Formats: sequence, structure tokens, C-alpha cells
Amino acid sequence: MGGGEVDSGSLGSGRLGSSAAGGGGDGSGRAGAGDGTAIEVRGLRKSFGDLEVLRGIDFRVARGEVVCVIGPSGSGKSTLLRCVNLLEEPTSGTVTVAGVEITDPEVDIDRVRRRIGMVFQSFNLFPHLSALGNLTIAQRRVLRRDKAEAARVARERLARVGLTDKESAYPAQLSGGQQQRVAIARALAMDPELMLFDEPTSALDPELVGEVLAVMRSLADEGMTMLVVTHEMSFAREVADRVVFMDGGVIVEEGAPEQVVGAPRHARTRSFLARVLDPAATEIDAVDAGVGPPDSPELSPEGPEPGSRPGPGPDEHTNKGSDVR
Amino acid sequence: MAMSRRQRARAIRAVQYAVLAAILLTLVFAADWGEIRRAFFDAGVAKAQFPDIITTALVNTIIYTLLGFGFGLALGLLLALLRLSEVPPYRWLAVTYIEFFRGVPTLLVFIALGFGVPLAFQVAINQYATVMLALGLVGAAYMAETIRAGIQAVPKGQTEAARSLGMSQSRAMVSIVIPQAFRIVLPPLTNELILLTKDSSLVYLLGLSLDQYELSKFGRDALNQNRSLTPILIAGLCYLVITLPLGHLVRRLEARTARAR
Repeated sequence: MGGGEVDSGSLGSGRLGSSAAGGGGDGSGRAGAGDGTAIEVRGLRKSFGDLEVLRGIDFRVARGEVVCVIGPSGSGKSTLLRCVNLLEEPTSGTVTVAGVEITDPEVDIDRVRRRIGMVFQSFNLFPHLSALGNLTIAQRRVLRRDKAEAARVARERLARVGLTDKESAYPAQLSGGQQQRVAIARALAMDPELMLFDEPTSALDPELVGEVLAVMRSLADEGMTMLVVTHEMSFAREVADRVVFMDGGVIVEEGAPEQVVGAPRHARTRSFLARVLDPAATEIDAVDAGVGPPDSPELSPEGPEPGSRPGPGPDEHTNKGSDVR
Repeated sequence: MAMSRRQRARAIRAVQYAVLAAILLTLVFAADWGEIRRAFFDAGVAKAQFPDIITTALVNTIIYTLLGFGFGLALGLLLALLRLSEVPPYRWLAVTYIEFFRGVPTLLVFIALGFGVPLAFQVAINQYATVMLALGLVGAAYMAETIRAGIQAVPKGQTEAARSLGMSQSRAMVSIVIPQAFRIVLPPLTNELILLTKDSSLVYLLGLSLDQYELSKFGRDALNQNRSLTPILIAGLCYLVITLPLGHLVRRLEARTARAR
């Protein structure tokens, strides 16, 4: 109990005001429902075997805020997102969501998860159920809504994502964009307090990306709290209240989108953005020297233990040398 | 002499047809067709088998099979879940069971249940219960492995999606994973049903009353009475009446699953 305070002093680059969030950590209940904090992550570390994917993450998402997490693949951003609803068990640190410290082993995670919507890169619709069935099954089995009520909510959410006429279609009969919109509607049917998006458009053909982003944009406009891992820089720039750039398992830089995407301070952010915004311009030695292959963990320039890892660590100067432009 | 590729292919095919024709001709001229017709196609004997071979024997075969399959399916599902359990002793239990009952002949299980258990424990087991247990215990071992493979074939993302909607581990298993697993294993399970249909013939060991006869026992009795193979042929055809539609059903289900994926 009360583990929320233990790590509160750790470094964390650019952590936003945690004064409001202090009350969220203690004990079992949903303390302080009105404190304005949707997600609070402190000292989060996650290792898979010898590979440390998250190396001390601190950040906070306020209620109603839209936060986009960007960064190269292998930077740990998806793992971070999955730690927020405990699909991955953190190695250490605390995660507090909607006032409940979910890393507390006493917490019934199923009760918290129903308040957190999750949208996956690969949709993960239930292929044996129709679109309507996908939206009703958890309402009925988890929220115990009766059949008529569940169907009413489901139709309302399908209408919201523009798929009224697809309620009896099975996932295999839908395009990727339609499937992802059903997946969003499925999460919305549970009346979540916040939504997590794990690269929601990465598995889509380019011409289908827009319809999904449009739905997400409308959600943001309605004030939904959203944590979005994405490669869609224009979405991050236009919709996000804040952008977090991760690399090598740490938050390198965060701030307003016009700052992080528009005028990044760190070399690694700049080199990443250059590669994402203009992939064709990436030079092969920039990939080699600057940022390693996705599966090799990298050093952050301000990481706590510099030089402790083998391999060509992307220090400031190497990075500068290979910086595109 | 050089042959073109096409000529050579044609020559090979001609030889193959010639061999086939030779075999067929030998059969036609060498076989004693009168004898064969008397043995297999005796109209009088055939007529005498009806309607009992349908109303009693075929019906009983189906009943025995369904009893064994139903019990085996339930037990097989339980074993599959034990096999995937996070508690090691449960896994060991399931593996031991599966290895044992896959390894011993069904015949032996019938003997053990039909004679061994009543003798050893001084209890009388109902005939239908014996069949259900014997067929089910063996069938469960095979079905458990099939169902386990099916459960593991359901993508991990399905469980994650279910859990992230607030479903518990067991709820996700029941509502999301198992329904999909059964779709995947429907074809192999139907094959198991076909195998059980044939294994149900082992009931003959148990000493049945007339109204408990199934197809094989019925055919064998009629063979003894008539000194004709005709009843055996009819019994065999009756098995096909069960298994051929099942095979057809599997193909249709496979096609439907392929569309839905």
C-alpha cells in the first residue's frame, strides 16, 4: 500500500506537475476521483529477460488531455501503453489510472480495465462475432447490461464511428479501416474514462488511415482522455495537447506538439522526425551510426548509466555527425 | 531414339492405362461372379435384414457413438484446460492420462470396463454407461490434444482484447477463446467422431440383448444365421450412411471457416 510515493523523487525528463497526482497512489480505493489526473506513471521499469525495455518512465496524463507518444520502433512506447492497463506487468514502479494504483497487487485489475478502452494495432476484433456481437459481449458479460440495453448502446457507438449499416457484418467482411472503427466502437461501448491507442493505423493501407484518424479526432474533440502511440505526425501535431518522444526506454523529450514535432530540442528527436517525415531521404549510414536496429536497446544521452551497454551508443556527437540535414 | 517431352509423357500415360485395363480384365474374367453375387448380394437375405438393421442396429450405433463422443468431448475439453494449466500437477495429470489412453487399445478399455470393473468392485454398470465410458475415456485423450492445439492456435491478441474489456481470464476463455478454438478444430473433431462411430462396434464384446445390437454385432449374427456375407455388406453400407455425410459436413464447415477468417 501507499507505494505511490516511493519513487516520486526520480529524475524523469520534463515531468509535468505531480502535485495534483500525489493523492492517487495510496492504497486500494479510487482516491480522489476529481483530482484531474487520468494516468500517473512513476519510476516505471520493464524488462523482458535481460532486455530492459522501459528504463524509468515518469509521466502524467490529465483528464481530457490527448497525449501522443512517438519514437522509433523498439523504443518501448507500446510496452509503456500496455503497462497502463497491465497487459504487461511492470518490473518496478507504479501506475495509477483513474485514481486506482493498478500496480498494487490487491487491486482487482478487471474492474479497472473496464474503465480503460484499448485499441490495438491489429484490431483484435472477435472473428466469431458480428460487429454488434463484438460490441455487446463485454457489455453483457462484464457490465451485466441486459440484451436490449447492450444492443442499444452498441448501435449508438457504431453510429458514432459511421458504421450503422455494418452491425451484422463479421470482421472478415470489413475493410481494415472499418474493423479498426468497430474496435474503437467496441471500446467506447464500455463507457471508458480514457482510451489507449496502440499504433491504431499502422496495420492499415494508407488510403484507410484517414477514416480512423477522423474518428479519433472527433473523440478528442469531445474531450476524451487519450494516450496514443502513433507514427502519424500530422495527427500528433494537430490533435495532441502534448507529444512525448521516447527512445531507448526513456522519455527523451516532451511538450507541446509544435515544440516537440515542430522545433525539437534533442538531436535524436530531430533525426527520428527527419526519418519519419521524409523516409526516402534517410541515408544508410545515418541508420547505422545514429539509431541502431529496432531490437537493439539504445542509450539515451541523459541515461542514468552512460556507457554501460555494448555497441555503438548514439552519443550526442555521433548523432550530430550523422544527423540528416 | 529421341522422344520429345510431349511424346514421352503420352507414352507413359498409355502404359499406365494399359496396366489398369489388364488388371480389370483379369478381375472380370478370373472371378466367379455367380459365387460373389450369392455371397454378397443375396436379395432374400438382404430383405430379411430390414427394418431391424435400421431401427435397431443403426440407431444403436448412433446412440453409442453420441454417448461416447459427448462424454469424450466434455472430458477432452477439461483435459485440454488442465494441460494448459499454470499449476504443474494438473498438467502432469493431463499428460499422464492422455499418454495412457492414447497408448492402450480401445478393446482393452472395453474389457476392463465391461468385465474387470464389475468383477472387481461387485457393481453392475448399465450397458449404455459402459459404452459411454469406454468410448469417451479413449476419445477424450485424442480430443484433448486436438482441443489444446485449437486453443493455442487462437491468437494471443484475442485474449488481450477480451481482458482489456474487463473480462476475467476464465470469462475470456469461455466467451472468446474456446468458441474460436472449436471452430478451428471442428474438422479434426469430426474425424474423431467418425473414428468413434467405427469403434462403437467393440460393444459386441459386452454380451448384448437383441434390442441393444449395433451394426457390427447385428451383421455378424445375421451372417451366422444365413451363411451369407450380404448382411455384412449392408452393415458396412450403413456405416457409410453415417460417415459420408459427416465427411461432407466437415468440408462445408472448413469452407465456411476459411471464408470467415
